[in-house]
Amino acid sequence: MDTFTVVLQVLDSTIRLSVPLLLACLAGLYSERAGIFDIGLEGKMLAGAFAAGAAATYSGSAYVGLLAAVLISIALGLVHGFASITHRGNQIVSGVAINFIAAGTTVILGQAWFQQGGRTPSLPNAARFNPIDLPGVETLSGIPVIGAIYSELISGHSVLVYLAFLLVPFTWWVLYRTRFGLRLRAVGENPAAVDTAGISVPWLRYRAVICCGLLCGVAGAYLATAQGAGFVKDMTAGKGYIALAALIFAKWRPVHAMFACLLFGFLDAIAIRMQGHPLPLIGEVPVQLMQALPYILTIVLLAGFIGKAIPPKAGGVAYVKER
Amino acid sequence: MSQPFAKLPAWADYGLLPLINLIVAFFVAGLVVLLVGESPIDAAVLMVKGAFGSGDGVGYTLYYATNFIFTGLCVAVAFHCGLFNIGGEGQAYIGGLGVAVVGLGLGNVLPWWITFPLAIIASGLVGALWALIPAWLQAKRGSHVVITTIMFNFIAASIMVYLLVGYLKASGTQAPETRVFGDGGQLPGLGWLLGLIGLNMRSAPLNISFLLALVAAFLVWVLIWRTKLGYEIRTMGYSPKAARYAGISEVRIIVITMMISGALAGMMALNPIMGAQHRVQLDFVAGAGFVGIAVALMGRSHPAGIVLAAILFGMLYQGGAEIAFDMPNISRDMIVIIQGLVILFAGALEHMFRPTLLRILQRVARVKSQPTPAVAAEGGQ
Repeated sequence: MDTFTVVLQVLDSTIRLSVPLLLACLAGLYSERAGIFDIGLEGKMLAGAFAAGAAATYSGSAYVGLLAAVLISIALGLVHGFASITHRGNQIVSGVAINFIAAGTTVILGQAWFQQGGRTPSLPNAARFNPIDLPGVETLSGIPVIGAIYSELISGHSVLVYLAFLLVPFTWWVLYRTRFGLRLRAVGENPAAVDTAGISVPWLRYRAVICCGLLCGVAGAYLATAQGAGFVKDMTAGKGYIALAALIFAKWRPVHAMFACLLFGFLDAIAIRMQGHPLPLIGEVPVQLMQALPYILTIVLLAGFIGKAIPPKAGGVAYVKER
Repeated sequence: MSQPFAKLPAWADYGLLPLINLIVAFFVAGLVVLLVGESPIDAAVLMVKGAFGSGDGVGYTLYYATNFIFTGLCVAVAFHCGLFNIGGEGQAYIGGLGVAVVGLGLGNVLPWWITFPLAIIASGLVGALWALIPAWLQAKRGSHVVITTIMFNFIAASIMVYLLVGYLKASGTQAPETRVFGDGGQLPGLGWLLGLIGLNMRSAPLNISFLLALVAAFLVWVLIWRTKLGYEIRTMGYSPKAARYAGISEVRIIVITMMISGALAGMMALNPIMGAQHRVQLDFVAGAGFVGIAVALMGRSHPAGIVLAAILFGMLYQGGAEIAFDMPNISRDMIVIIQGLVILFAGALEHMFRPTLLRILQRVARVKSQPTPAVAAEGGQ
C-alpha cells in the first residue's frame, strides 16, 4: 500500500472519529458559554446513543432513533438545568450525577429489553445513517490526486458528519452575529448585566442547556446509528471528557473547537493505525500513550505552556437575582 | 428580596434532610426496577438479605465499605477546602503501584505487620503525588481541579494498563496482572471480629484495612475539627477571601489538602490488593473512587456520616450482587443508577427540599410555642 493511500485512510478515519467529539464539544460550548459547566456531556451522549439504538431497532428508522436520542438527551439536559439553574445546585455535582444515571440506566434497560448483555441488537443498514456520495464523485474520480481525496475523504460519509461540520460555522454565526448569541455570551460573563437589561437569566440559560442536550443527542445518535450499528455498553468511552478537553483546548471558540476535535480524532486514528507498527527511530509507541495524549495535551495547556485558557467568567456560578 | 436559606436545626440538617434525599433517590431507583419488570420491594428485601443475611454477606458488605470509606474521606477532605476532587479513582488506581512495590518487593521477606505500615506509606505517598499536579495547577494557574483530576483519571488508567500488560505482568500468564504476593504481602482477615458477634465468615475478603479505614476516619475528624490546619482548610472552603485576609497561604492549603485527599484515595488500594486479591489486577478500583463522591455527599463530609454512608453503599454493592442471581434483569449496574441518583438528590438538588422542610419545621415550632386558644384569649384581655 502506498503512502498516499495510508495517509488518506488515516485522515478519513480522523474525520469519522472526530465527529462525535465535535458535536459534544459544540454542545458543551453552548452550555459553558452561557455559564453552565457541563461535565455531563458524556452521560447525555451515552443516553442518546442508547435511545437511538433502541428506537431505531423498534422503528427501523434512523431518523426516529435520532429524534429519540435528541429527546432523551434534552431531558437529561433539563435535569441538569433544573438542578443548576432553578435550584442553584453545584453544576459539577449535577453533571457527575447525570453521567452515572446514564451509565447505569442504559445497561439495565438494555439488558432488560434486549437480553444481549446491555447492547441493542445489531441494526440493519436501512435503520442506520449510511454513507452518501456527494455529487460529482464519478466525474472527478478520473483525476489522480484530487479525485481520490474527493471520493475517499470528502464524499462517502453519513449525513450527520456533514451536519456536524456545518454546525461549526453555524455556531460561530449564532454566537457572534445574532442577538441570542450576544446574550448567551453575556450571561456567561456577567449575568447581572443581562438581568439589568431586562432579559431573563434562567430562560436564557435553559435555552443554552437545551441546545447542549440537542447536540449531545445527535452525537449519541451518530455513535449508535452511523459509526456503529447499534448501542454497545459504555459506548462513549470517555469521549465526553475528551470533548470537554477539546473545548478547553479551543478556549471556548467554535472554529478552534473543530480543529481541537480534529487533532484529538487524528491522535485516535493514528493510535489505531499504529498498533503493531513500530515507528522509525522511536520504535513502537505504546497505544496507551496515544490514548492518553489528548488528556496530557490539555494538562499542558492548562499548565499555561501553550497560552492560557480562561473560561467564561460566570461559569459554574449560579445566578442569584437579588439578595 | 429573595430569602437566603435559613439554618435548619442540626438534627434536620444532618439526619432528616439526607434521609429524605436518600428516600427520593431510592424511590426513583424503584421506578427503574419497575420499568425492568421486577418488584422493587422484593428487590429491596433480597438486597438486605444478601448484605446482612449471613456472615459472608456482612463480610463482603464491610469489605466494600472499606473502599468507600477511604474514597469518601478523600472527596470530603477536598470538599472542606471548597475543592471537588473527582480524581479519587485515578489516585487510588495509581496508589496500587505503591502497594505493588511493597508487596512484590518485600512480600517474600518481611512479615505482614512490617509490610503493612510500609504499604500504607507507599500507597498514600503515590496517591498524594498523583494529586499534586492538579493541586499545583489549581493553586498556581487557577485551572479547575475538576477538569485536571478527570484528565488524571484517564492518564492513570493508561499508565496502569501499560504497566500491567508490560513490566508488572507475571511471567507465564496472559492475564494483565502481577504475580501473587508472598505471605508478607497478604493482610490477615477479620473473621475473628465478626466471630465476636456470632457471625461466621468463611470466604469474604474483609481484612484489617477495614480497621485502618476507621482509624483514618477518626484522624480526618481530628484534622478537620481539632487542628490549626483543619481550621485553615475550612476557612479556605468557606471564604477564600477571608482566608487570604487572615494570612493563610492559598497555595499551601490547596496543595496540602489535595495531597491529603490523594493519600486517602491511594490507601484505598490496600484493601483490594493486599487484603483480598494479593496481586494488582486491571481496574481493581472498579469505580470506588466515584462512589466516594456519593458517599461524601450523603455523609455530609463528616467522617461519621461517611462511615455510615459507606456501609450503606457496601450493602448496595453486596446486596446488588445477590439480587442478580434471582433477578437476572438487575445487575450491579443498578448500583450505578442509585449512586447517580444519590449524587443528584443529596448533592446537586440538596436545596430542593430544604425550603419546604424549613417551612414545615417553622410551622411546627410556631404551633408548639403558641399557647392553647383558651389561654391565649384569657391572656389577651
